Amino acid sequence: MKIAVLSGKGGTGKTLVSVNLASVATTSIYVDCDVEEPNGHLFFKPQKLKKEAISVKIPEVNQNQCNGCRACVDFCKFNALAYIKNNVIVFDEVCHSCGGCVLLCPNKAITEKDQNIGLVQRGISENVQVLTGILNTGEPSGVPIIRKLLQTISGDNELTLIDCPPGSACIVMESIKDADYCILVAEPTLFGVHNLNMVQNLVKLFYKPHGVILNKCLDEANPAEDFCLKNQIKILGKIPFNTELGALNSNGLIAVREKQKYHEIFSNLLAAVTREVGSETVINT
Amino acid sequence: MKIAIPVENNSMDASVCFSFGRAPYFLIYDTEKNENRFLDNSAIASQGGAGIKAAQKIADTGVEVLLTPRCGENAAEVFKNAEIKLYKTINSSVEDNLKAFIEGKLQLLGDIHPGFHQHGGN
Ligand code: SF4
Ligand code: SF4
Repeated sequence: MKIAVLSGKGGTGKTLVSVNLASVATTSIYVDCDVEEPNGHLFFKPQKLKKEAISVKIPEVNQNQCNGCRACVDFCKFNALAYIKNNVIVFDEVCHSCGGCVLLCPNKAITEKDQNIGLVQRGISENVQVLTGILNTGEPSGVPIIRKLLQTISGDNELTLIDCPPGSACIVMESIKDADYCILVAEPTLFGVHNLNMVQNLVKLFYKPHGVILNKCLDEANPAEDFCLKNQIKILGKIPFNTELGALNSNGLIAVREKQKYHEIFSNLLAAVTREVGSETVINT
Repeated sequence: MKIAIPVENNSMDASVCFSFGRAPYFLIYDTEKNENRFLDNSAIASQGGAGIKAAQKIADTGVEVLLTPRCGENAAEVFKNAEIKLYKTINSSVEDNLKAFIEGKLQLLGDIHPGFHQHGGN
Protein backbone atom coordinates (compact mmCIF):
# COMPACT_ATOMS: atom_id res chain seq x y z
CA MET A 1 0.00 0.00 0.00
CA LYS A 2 1.49 3.30 -1.10
CA ILE A 3 0.38 6.50 0.55
CA ALA A 4 1.53 9.88 -0.69
CA VAL A 5 1.61 12.80 1.73
CA LEU A 6 1.22 16.23 0.15
CA SER A 7 0.76 19.87 0.96
CA GLY A 8 0.53 23.05 -1.05
CA LYS A 9 3.60 24.56 0.51
CA GLY A 10 6.42 23.59 2.83
CA GLY A 11 6.14 23.81 6.60
CA THR A 12 2.59 22.51 6.97
CA GLY A 13 3.67 19.33 8.72
CA LYS A 14 3.95 17.05 5.71
CA THR A 15 7.18 15.50 6.98
CA LEU A 16 5.86 15.31 10.56
CA VAL A 17 2.86 13.35 9.31
CA SER A 18 4.79 11.00 7.00
CA VAL A 19 7.58 10.29 9.48
CA ASN A 20 5.22 9.58 12.38
CA LEU A 21 2.80 7.48 10.34
CA ALA A 22 5.69 5.40 9.06
CA SER A 23 7.08 4.97 12.59
CA VAL A 24 3.80 3.92 14.12
CA ALA A 25 3.31 1.01 11.70
CA THR A 26 4.73 -2.42 12.52
CA THR A 27 7.08 -2.15 9.61
CA SER A 28 7.07 0.34 6.78
CA ILE A 29 9.02 2.16 4.12
CA TYR A 30 9.45 5.92 4.21
CA VAL A 31 10.38 7.56 0.90
CA ASP A 32 11.50 11.17 0.86
CA CYS A 33 10.68 12.60 -2.56
CA ASP A 34 11.21 16.18 -1.41
CA VAL A 35 14.56 15.95 -3.16
CA GLU A 36 15.43 19.62 -2.97
CA GLU A 37 15.12 19.62 0.79
CA PRO A 38 14.87 16.09 2.14
CA ASN A 39 14.27 16.33 5.90
CA GLY A 40 12.91 12.93 6.84
CA HIS A 41 16.35 11.40 7.36
CA LEU A 42 17.11 14.05 9.98
CA PHE A 43 14.39 12.45 12.13
CA PHE A 44 15.06 8.83 11.29
CA LYS A 45 18.86 9.07 11.44
CA PRO A 46 18.99 5.87 9.38
CA GLN A 47 21.81 3.35 9.83
CA LYS A 48 23.64 1.07 7.40
CA LEU A 49 23.49 3.66 4.67
CA LYS A 50 23.82 2.63 1.05
CA LYS A 51 24.22 5.35 -1.53
CA GLU A 52 23.65 5.22 -5.25
CA ALA A 53 24.59 8.08 -7.55
CA ILE A 54 21.96 9.16 -10.06
CA SER A 55 22.91 10.63 -13.38
CA VAL A 56 21.20 11.78 -16.54
CA LYS A 57 22.42 11.73 -20.12
CA ILE A 58 23.45 15.06 -21.60
CA PRO A 59 24.37 15.47 -25.27
CA GLU A 60 27.89 16.31 -26.23
CA VAL A 61 28.64 17.67 -29.69
CA ASN A 62 31.71 16.84 -31.68
CA GLN A 63 32.03 20.15 -33.49
CA ASN A 64 34.34 18.66 -36.15
CA GLN A 65 31.64 16.31 -37.32
CA CYS A 66 28.91 18.98 -37.24
CA ASN A 67 28.03 20.68 -40.53
CA GLY A 68 25.70 23.23 -38.99
CA CYS A 69 22.46 21.85 -40.37
CA ARG A 70 20.71 22.88 -37.13
CA ALA A 71 18.37 19.90 -37.19
CA CYS A 72 19.12 19.38 -33.50
CA VAL A 73 18.47 23.01 -32.56
CA ASP A 74 15.14 23.05 -34.38
CA PHE A 75 14.13 19.73 -32.89
CA CYS A 76 14.77 20.37 -29.21
CA LYS A 77 11.46 21.55 -27.85
CA PHE A 78 13.09 22.60 -24.59
CA ASN A 79 15.42 24.94 -26.50
CA ALA A 80 18.43 23.44 -24.80
CA LEU A 81 20.57 23.87 -27.92
CA ALA A 82 21.81 26.93 -29.79
CA TYR A 83 23.94 27.23 -32.90
CA ILE A 84 26.28 30.20 -32.69
CA LYS A 85 29.39 30.97 -34.73
CA ASN A 86 29.62 27.45 -36.15
CA ASN A 87 29.28 25.78 -32.79
CA VAL A 88 26.43 23.94 -31.12
CA ILE A 89 26.02 25.09 -27.50
CA VAL A 90 24.34 22.68 -25.08
CA PHE A 91 22.53 24.12 -22.05
CA ASP A 92 22.85 21.24 -19.62
CA GLU A 93 20.33 22.55 -17.09
CA VAL A 94 17.68 23.06 -19.75
CA CYS A 95 18.15 19.65 -21.39
CA HIS A 96 15.56 17.03 -20.39
CA SER A 97 17.70 14.11 -21.58
CA CYS A 98 15.17 12.95 -24.15
CA GLY A 99 17.94 11.68 -26.42
CA GLY A 100 16.18 13.03 -29.51
CA CYS A 101 19.00 15.17 -30.83
CA VAL A 102 21.43 12.25 -30.59
CA LEU A 103 19.24 10.08 -32.81
CA LEU A 104 18.42 12.88 -35.16
CA CYS A 105 21.82 14.31 -36.07
CA PRO A 106 22.44 13.31 -39.70
CA ASN A 107 26.20 13.48 -39.16
CA LYS A 108 26.33 11.50 -35.92
CA ALA A 109 28.03 14.46 -34.32
CA ILE A 110 26.17 14.11 -31.02
CA THR A 111 26.98 11.57 -28.33
CA GLU A 112 25.86 11.39 -24.71
CA LYS A 113 27.74 11.82 -21.48
CA ASP A 114 26.60 11.04 -17.96
CA GLN A 115 25.98 13.94 -15.68
CA ASN A 116 25.56 13.34 -11.97
CA ILE A 117 22.51 15.10 -10.55
CA GLY A 118 22.23 13.63 -7.07
CA LEU A 119 21.79 10.39 -5.19
CA VAL A 120 19.43 7.92 -3.63
CA GLN A 121 20.28 6.87 -0.09
CA ARG A 122 18.89 3.82 1.71
CA GLY A 123 19.06 3.02 5.40
CA ILE A 124 17.23 1.51 8.35
CA SER A 125 15.73 3.22 11.35
CA GLU A 126 14.27 0.62 13.74
CA ASN A 127 11.05 -0.59 12.03
CA VAL A 128 11.34 1.75 9.07
CA GLN A 129 13.29 1.44 5.84
CA VAL A 130 14.28 4.97 4.92
CA LEU A 131 14.80 6.01 1.30
CA THR A 132 15.99 9.51 0.58
CA GLY A 133 16.38 11.28 -2.73
CA ILE A 134 18.90 14.10 -2.79
CA LEU A 135 19.17 16.51 -5.71
CA ASN A 136 22.41 18.44 -6.13
CA THR A 137 21.87 22.16 -5.72
CA GLY A 138 21.54 23.95 -9.04
CA GLU A 139 20.08 20.95 -10.85
CA PRO A 140 16.74 21.91 -12.36
CA SER A 141 14.78 18.67 -12.13
CA GLY A 142 14.55 16.01 -9.47
CA VAL A 143 12.24 13.87 -11.57
CA PRO A 144 14.91 11.27 -12.48
CA ILE A 145 15.69 10.80 -8.77
CA ILE A 146 12.03 10.39 -7.89
CA ARG A 147 11.61 7.85 -10.68
CA LYS A 148 14.51 5.88 -9.25
CA LEU A 149 13.05 6.02 -5.72
CA LEU A 150 9.65 4.82 -6.87
CA GLN A 151 11.12 2.16 -9.11
CA THR A 152 13.01 0.83 -6.08
CA ILE A 153 9.77 0.28 -4.15
CA SER A 154 7.49 -0.58 -7.05
CA GLY A 155 7.28 -4.31 -6.33
CA ASP A 156 6.89 -3.90 -2.60
CA ASN A 157 3.61 -4.52 -0.80
CA GLU A 158 4.89 -3.01 2.40
CA LEU A 159 3.12 0.02 3.82
CA THR A 160 4.93 2.93 2.16
CA LEU A 161 4.73 6.60 3.04
CA ILE A 162 5.81 8.93 0.23
CA ASP A 163 6.80 12.36 1.49
CA CYS A 164 6.14 14.51 -1.59
CA PRO A 165 7.72 17.81 -2.58
CA PRO A 166 5.58 20.84 -1.70
CA GLY A 167 3.48 22.57 -4.35
CA SER A 168 1.82 21.15 -7.42
CA ALA A 169 4.52 21.15 -10.11
CA CYS A 170 5.25 18.11 -12.26
CA ILE A 171 7.70 16.78 -9.70
CA VAL A 172 4.71 16.30 -7.36
CA MET A 173 2.71 14.56 -10.08
CA GLU A 174 5.62 12.19 -10.56
CA SER A 175 5.63 11.45 -6.82
CA ILE A 176 1.94 10.58 -6.56
CA LYS A 177 1.66 8.62 -9.80
CA ASP A 178 1.91 5.18 -8.17
CA ALA A 179 0.16 6.08 -4.90
CA ASP A 180 -2.95 4.16 -3.82
CA TYR A 181 -4.05 7.01 -1.61
CA CYS A 182 -3.12 10.64 -0.99
CA ILE A 183 -3.07 12.40 2.36
CA LEU A 184 -3.33 16.16 2.14
CA VAL A 185 -1.94 18.00 5.14
CA ALA A 186 -3.64 21.34 5.81
CA GLU A 187 -3.12 24.23 8.19
CA PRO A 188 -6.09 25.92 9.89
CA THR A 189 -5.76 29.25 8.09
CA LEU A 190 -7.20 30.88 4.99
CA PHE A 191 -3.87 30.49 3.30
CA GLY A 192 -4.02 26.83 4.29
CA VAL A 193 -7.35 26.57 2.48
CA HIS A 194 -5.84 28.09 -0.63
CA ASN A 195 -3.02 25.53 -0.59
CA LEU A 196 -5.38 22.70 0.17
CA ASN A 197 -7.56 23.66 -2.76
CA MET A 198 -4.51 23.66 -5.02
CA VAL A 199 -3.25 20.18 -4.06
CA GLN A 200 -6.76 18.78 -4.04
CA ASN A 201 -7.17 19.87 -7.65
CA LEU A 202 -3.98 18.04 -8.45
CA VAL A 203 -4.98 14.72 -6.84
CA LYS A 204 -8.43 14.97 -8.43
CA LEU A 205 -6.72 15.33 -11.79
CA PHE A 206 -5.12 11.93 -11.20
CA TYR A 207 -8.33 10.43 -9.79
CA LYS A 208 -6.52 9.58 -6.57
CA PRO A 209 -8.63 8.76 -3.51
CA HIS A 210 -7.65 11.23 -0.84
CA GLY A 211 -8.34 12.60 2.60
CA VAL A 212 -7.18 15.48 4.73
CA ILE A 213 -5.25 15.58 7.98
CA LEU A 214 -5.83 18.86 9.76
CA ASN A 215 -2.60 19.93 11.40
CA LYS A 216 -1.90 22.56 14.07
CA CYS A 217 -5.49 22.44 15.34
CA LEU A 218 -6.56 24.80 18.11
CA ASP A 219 -9.93 25.13 19.81
CA GLU A 220 -11.10 27.79 17.41
CA ALA A 221 -12.51 28.27 13.95
CA ASN A 222 -10.70 26.14 11.37
CA PRO A 223 -11.20 27.38 7.80
CA ALA A 224 -9.55 24.23 6.42
CA GLU A 225 -12.05 22.05 8.27
CA ASP A 226 -14.94 24.16 6.99
CA PHE A 227 -13.57 23.82 3.47
CA CYS A 228 -13.46 20.02 3.78
CA LEU A 229 -16.99 19.81 5.17
CA LYS A 230 -18.34 22.10 2.51
CA ASN A 231 -16.65 20.21 -0.32
CA GLN A 232 -17.22 16.78 1.17
CA ILE A 233 -13.56 15.94 1.46
CA LYS A 234 -12.82 13.13 3.89
CA ILE A 235 -11.22 14.33 7.13
CA LEU A 236 -8.90 11.60 8.38
CA GLY A 237 -8.16 13.25 11.68
CA LYS A 238 -6.62 16.15 13.49
CA ILE A 239 -3.24 16.83 15.02
CA PRO A 240 -3.38 19.27 17.91
CA PHE A 241 -1.19 22.33 18.03
CA ASN A 242 0.96 22.26 21.13
CA THR A 243 4.41 23.34 22.13
CA GLU A 244 5.46 19.85 23.21
CA LEU A 245 4.91 18.38 19.77
CA GLY A 246 6.55 21.42 18.23
CA ALA A 247 9.58 21.02 20.49
CA LEU A 248 9.95 17.30 19.77
CA ASN A 249 9.73 18.02 16.09
CA SER A 250 12.20 20.90 16.05
CA ASN A 251 14.67 18.75 17.99
CA GLY A 252 14.54 16.18 15.23
CA LEU A 253 12.73 13.62 17.40
CA ILE A 254 9.97 11.35 16.20
CA ALA A 255 7.00 12.11 18.48
CA VAL A 256 5.47 8.61 18.37
CA ARG A 257 8.77 7.10 19.51
CA GLU A 258 8.96 9.49 22.44
CA LYS A 259 5.44 9.75 23.90
CA GLN A 260 2.59 7.28 24.15
CA LYS A 261 0.12 10.14 23.64
CA TYR A 262 1.38 10.81 20.11
CA HIS A 263 1.68 7.13 19.43
CA GLU A 264 -2.07 6.93 19.98
CA ILE A 265 -2.90 9.94 17.85
CA PHE A 266 -0.88 8.66 14.89
CA SER A 267 -2.06 5.06 15.31
CA ASN A 268 -5.60 6.35 15.00
CA LEU A 269 -4.67 8.38 11.94
CA LEU A 270 -3.01 5.40 10.34
CA ALA A 271 -6.04 3.26 11.15
CA ALA A 272 -8.27 5.88 9.52
CA VAL A 273 -6.09 5.88 6.42
CA THR A 274 -5.98 2.08 6.19
CA ARG A 275 -9.73 1.90 6.56
CA GLU A 276 -10.02 4.34 3.69
CA VAL A 277 -7.71 2.35 1.49
CA GLY A 278 -9.58 -0.77 2.48
CA SER A 279 -6.48 -2.78 3.15
CA GLU A 280 -5.59 -4.79 6.21
CA THR A 281 -2.23 -3.63 7.35
CA VAL A 282 -1.58 -4.64 10.92
CA ILE A 283 -1.22 -1.68 13.18
CA ASN A 284 1.06 -1.82 16.12
CA THR A 285 -0.75 -0.36 19.12
CA MET B 1 25.50 48.44 -37.20
CA LYS B 2 22.36 46.56 -36.27
CA ILE B 3 20.73 47.00 -32.88
CA ALA B 4 18.00 44.85 -31.34
CA ILE B 5 15.44 45.89 -28.70
CA PRO B 6 12.65 43.76 -27.15
CA VAL B 7 9.35 45.63 -27.69
CA GLU B 8 5.68 45.30 -26.82
CA ASN B 9 4.31 46.06 -30.33
CA ASN B 10 5.47 46.05 -33.91
CA SER B 11 5.50 49.81 -34.33
CA MET B 12 8.13 52.47 -33.75
CA ASP B 13 6.17 54.02 -30.86
CA ALA B 14 6.05 50.69 -29.03
CA SER B 15 7.52 50.60 -25.56
CA VAL B 16 10.51 48.53 -24.57
CA CYS B 17 9.41 45.17 -23.15
CA PHE B 18 10.41 44.49 -19.58
CA SER B 19 11.14 40.83 -20.26
CA PHE B 20 13.59 39.72 -22.91
CA GLY B 21 12.73 36.09 -23.68
CA ARG B 22 8.99 36.68 -23.41
CA ALA B 23 8.90 39.91 -25.44
CA PRO B 24 6.28 39.72 -28.23
CA TYR B 25 8.55 41.40 -30.81
CA PHE B 26 12.10 42.50 -31.37
CA LEU B 27 12.92 45.71 -33.16
CA ILE B 28 15.99 45.37 -35.37
CA TYR B 29 17.37 48.79 -36.22
CA ASP B 30 20.07 49.30 -38.83
CA THR B 31 22.05 52.48 -38.10
CA GLU B 32 23.71 52.66 -41.54
CA LYS B 33 20.54 52.31 -43.58
CA ASN B 34 18.36 53.98 -40.95
CA GLU B 35 15.97 51.07 -41.42
CA ASN B 36 13.95 49.11 -38.95
CA ARG B 37 12.10 45.86 -39.01
CA PHE B 38 10.24 43.77 -36.47
CA LEU B 39 10.87 40.17 -35.62
CA ASP B 40 8.09 38.01 -34.19
CA ASN B 41 9.28 36.27 -31.08
CA SER B 42 8.17 32.72 -31.70
CA ALA B 43 9.91 31.67 -28.47
CA ILE B 44 7.20 33.36 -26.44
CA ALA B 45 5.13 30.19 -26.38
CA SER B 46 7.91 27.73 -25.64
CA GLN B 47 7.81 25.44 -22.64
CA GLY B 48 11.24 26.36 -21.49
CA GLY B 49 14.42 27.89 -22.76
CA ALA B 50 12.50 30.83 -24.26
CA GLY B 51 15.50 33.08 -23.67
CA ILE B 52 17.82 30.72 -25.55
CA LYS B 53 15.51 30.49 -28.54
CA ALA B 54 14.93 34.24 -28.65
CA ALA B 55 18.66 34.90 -28.36
CA GLN B 56 19.34 32.45 -31.20
CA LYS B 57 16.86 34.30 -33.38
CA ILE B 58 18.45 37.63 -32.65
CA ALA B 59 21.95 36.29 -33.19
CA ASP B 60 20.83 34.96 -36.59
CA THR B 61 19.89 38.48 -37.72
CA GLY B 62 23.52 39.55 -37.34
CA VAL B 63 22.94 42.30 -34.78
CA GLU B 64 25.92 43.50 -32.79
CA VAL B 65 24.09 45.09 -29.91
CA LEU B 66 21.01 44.40 -27.80
CA LEU B 67 19.37 47.11 -25.69
CA THR B 68 17.28 45.50 -22.96
CA PRO B 69 16.15 46.14 -19.40
CA ARG B 70 17.16 42.63 -18.36
CA CYS B 71 18.40 39.32 -19.64
CA GLY B 72 18.39 35.75 -18.32
CA GLU B 73 21.65 33.92 -17.86
CA ASN B 74 21.12 31.38 -20.64
CA ALA B 75 20.30 34.06 -23.19
CA ALA B 76 23.31 36.03 -21.97
CA GLU B 77 25.46 32.95 -22.60
CA VAL B 78 24.21 32.78 -26.20
CA PHE B 79 24.97 36.47 -26.69
CA LYS B 80 28.42 36.09 -25.21
CA ASN B 81 29.22 33.33 -27.71
CA ALA B 82 27.70 35.37 -30.51
CA GLU B 83 29.78 38.38 -29.42
CA ILE B 84 26.69 40.53 -29.08
CA LYS B 85 26.98 43.27 -26.48
CA LEU B 86 24.15 43.97 -24.05
CA TYR B 87 23.30 47.48 -22.90
CA LYS B 88 20.79 48.43 -20.24
CA THR B 89 17.83 50.52 -21.35
CA ILE B 90 17.12 53.74 -19.45
CA ASN B 91 13.34 54.00 -19.95
CA SER B 92 10.54 52.47 -22.00
CA SER B 93 10.99 54.67 -25.09
CA VAL B 94 12.62 53.02 -28.09
CA GLU B 95 13.68 56.37 -29.49
CA ASP B 96 15.29 57.60 -26.26
CA ASN B 97 17.27 54.41 -25.91
CA LEU B 98 18.51 54.37 -29.51
CA LYS B 99 19.55 57.99 -29.17
CA ALA B 100 21.29 57.39 -25.85
CA PHE B 101 23.11 54.39 -27.25
CA ILE B 102 24.33 56.25 -30.33
CA GLU B 103 25.55 59.07 -28.08
CA GLY B 104 27.41 56.48 -26.01
CA LYS B 105 25.33 57.08 -22.91
CA LEU B 106 24.08 53.56 -22.23
CA GLN B 107 25.88 51.28 -19.82
CA LEU B 108 26.63 47.63 -20.34
CA LEU B 109 24.04 45.35 -18.71
CA GLY B 110 25.68 44.07 -15.57
CA ASP B 111 23.16 42.11 -13.59
CA ILE B 112 22.18 38.92 -15.34
CA HIS B 113 19.35 37.21 -13.51
CA PRO B 114 18.85 33.46 -13.23
CA GLY B 115 16.17 32.35 -15.67
CA PHE B 116 12.74 30.91 -14.99
CA HIS B 117 13.57 27.80 -16.93
CA GLN B 118 12.90 25.28 -14.19
CA HIS B 119 11.21 22.08 -15.02
CA GLY B 120 7.49 22.55 -14.44
CA GLY B 121 8.01 26.17 -13.58
CA ASN B 122 7.12 26.08 -9.92
S1 SF4 C 1 22.09 18.01 -36.08
FE1 SF4 C 1 24.22 17.38 -35.95
S2 SF4 C 1 25.17 18.27 -37.76
FE2 SF4 C 1 23.21 19.29 -37.50
S3 SF4 C 1 23.73 21.11 -36.27
FE3 SF4 C 1 23.14 19.52 -34.83
S4 SF4 C 1 25.07 18.57 -34.28
FE4 SF4 C 1 25.46 19.72 -36.10
S1 SF4 D 1 18.57 15.34 -25.34
FE1 SF4 D 1 16.52 16.12 -25.88
S2 SF4 D 1 16.22 17.80 -24.43
FE2 SF4 D 1 18.40 17.36 -24.43
S3 SF4 D 1 19.26 18.74 -25.94
FE3 SF4 D 1 18.81 16.83 -27.01
S4 SF4 D 1 16.78 17.13 -27.87
FE4 SF4 D 1 17.06 18.70 -26.31
